Amino acid sequence: MSFLELTNVSKSFGGTCVLKDVNLSIAKGDFAAIVGFSGAGKTTLMNLISGLLKPDTGTVMLDGKPVTGPGPDRGIVFQNYSLLPWLTVFENIALAVDQVFPAWDKEKRREHIERHIAMVNLTPAREKLPAALSGGMRQRVSVARALAMDPQILLLDEPLSALDALTRATLQDEIARIREETHKTVVLITNDPDEGIYLANRIIPLTAGPGATLGPSFTVDIPRPRDRKAINHDNHFKQLRRDVTEFLLSSKHDRHATITKKLLLPDIEPEDLTHPVLPGAGRKRPIRLSDVKEETVQIE
Amino acid sequence: MNESLFKKLDWLLLPMIGAAAVLLAWHLLAGEKVSIKDADGNVTSEERVGAIAALPNVVETWESSKPYIVEPLAKRGELDQGILRFTWLSLVLVAKGYLIALVLGTPLGFCLGLSKFFTKMADPIIQVLRPVSPLAWLPLGMVLFLGAGRNASELAALFTIAICAMWPTVLNTAVGVRAIPQDYLNVAKVLKLSRWKTLTKVMIPATMPYMFTGFRLSLGIAWLVIVAAEMLTGRPGIGGFLWQQYNALIYEQIILCILTIGIVGFILDRLMSVVERRFKTA
Repeated sequence: MSFLELTNVSKSFGGTCVLKDVNLSIAKGDFAAIVGFSGAGKTTLMNLISGLLKPDTGTVMLDGKPVTGPGPDRGIVFQNYSLLPWLTVFENIALAVDQVFPAWDKEKRREHIERHIAMVNLTPAREKLPAALSGGMRQRVSVARALAMDPQILLLDEPLSALDALTRATLQDEIARIREETHKTVVLITNDPDEGIYLANRIIPLTAGPGATLGPSFTVDIPRPRDRKAINHDNHFKQLRRDVTEFLLSSKHDRHATITKKLLLPDIEPEDLTHPVLPGAGRKRPIRLSDVKEETVQIE
Repeated sequence: MNESLFKKLDWLLLPMIGAAAVLLAWHLLAGEKVSIKDADGNVTSEERVGAIAALPNVVETWESSKPYIVEPLAKRGELDQGILRFTWLSLVLVAKGYLIALVLGTPLGFCLGLSKFFTKMADPIIQVLRPVSPLAWLPLGMVLFLGAGRNASELAALFTIAICAMWPTVLNTAVGVRAIPQDYLNVAKVLKLSRWKTLTKVMIPATMPYMFTGFRLSLGIAWLVIVAAEMLTGRPGIGGFLWQQYNALIYEQIILCILTIGIVGFILDRLMSVVERRFKTA
């Protein structure tokens, strides 16, 4: 029995089918990475799991119960941090902790918050506002907030895509460490296959949209702790990266985009060379709607 | 050396040059009193000459206004008080009307921002009421509070200030509520915050910068309205004083009142923008 189970989930927005027949099954304690193109519907998939969106068809089940709405049992780390800018690091996490553990006394809550700030190495910045923090530090606060809710599953929605490469590497290591410490079930969404392979137990590619769906799962058999430098020369890593990338690219190949443009053809009339060209000659009447032609272009 | 000194002081020097130029232009345009003498050198009559003969010049204005400025807190009579005392009376009335405007306007703005249904219903009414001049509201206020007896003029003035000053707060709050980023609301949803907590912990703080822009504009309008309200009701205050001196043909003090109103309005705006900046968190 899997812990998180999506069955034939589809979702459309305004007639455009974003996700079609998505099936996903994640066991307790698993770390799965969903890798896909930008705009393929990764965030939509995450919002369906978190309950912020409802599927048009199909079901989302967590621990045997259907997901009906968002809740603190699924800790989300959003792509754009989503910290409240008028609250300090401590207060941002406290808002979540106070809400999820109202029964605890004040001292226990404070201790719990401090422990999670320390977990992401932000203790010196605990009284700072998000505006005073770098992007990497903000995302750590966001991770700490999600973990402090003690969720059954941690959802990471492209958490590192807005960060520079060096900060991203540091935070990847931290996510790997925290995940070893807490043994949470994690779903990571990313557009970087390397990041997915480095962190996760399993890679599941999301095909190119519209009508995206999940491909076959690739198991990552690289022992932990993984070494960032050594992994680049690991044959299994290279093979996996090739397979995932190939699968994603081939899914994009069998799609054509159609673009319809409204075009206005230039008004060119045959010129009578026996008379000199008068200045101001050219279009003599205003542009009418009937002049505008529609043209459809197929992009392979 | 000299040039750098000028650059350092230009924030002070340039406004002073501007003010001096305006004062000079005023003085040149204004009238002056001249005595007409007969052949023996006795003064027979006095008359005013100049481009705008009736306009008092800078020196006359200063001479005439001196008692009000030198003793700004004196009280010689109901409509003969020092300039700061008049200003204080006006400020108290404005503060009361302004508070009413905020207390009514902020929740109204929130309702407009939250509900499309309510917006469609109320927006045309607001757009029609918003451009109505305080001079038009005041008589209605008098009628509304006819039964209040001695307090009628004060209540009418408060009504006018509140209803005129309310709109920037209402509209800015509504815009602010509509502009709350979806991310913040998602946080509230994921945490399953109650409606009340979502309002107090997320929506109100997120709307704060917009609200304070509204509050600042509202204060400006409240101060504009005070003069009209005091003129028509004859209440003591800076506007009432102005109107009385006009009726008494003491034109110098009209200028004193205009300058005072302008300076007070400027100070209020500055104070509010300091507060406003404190809330610009995002």
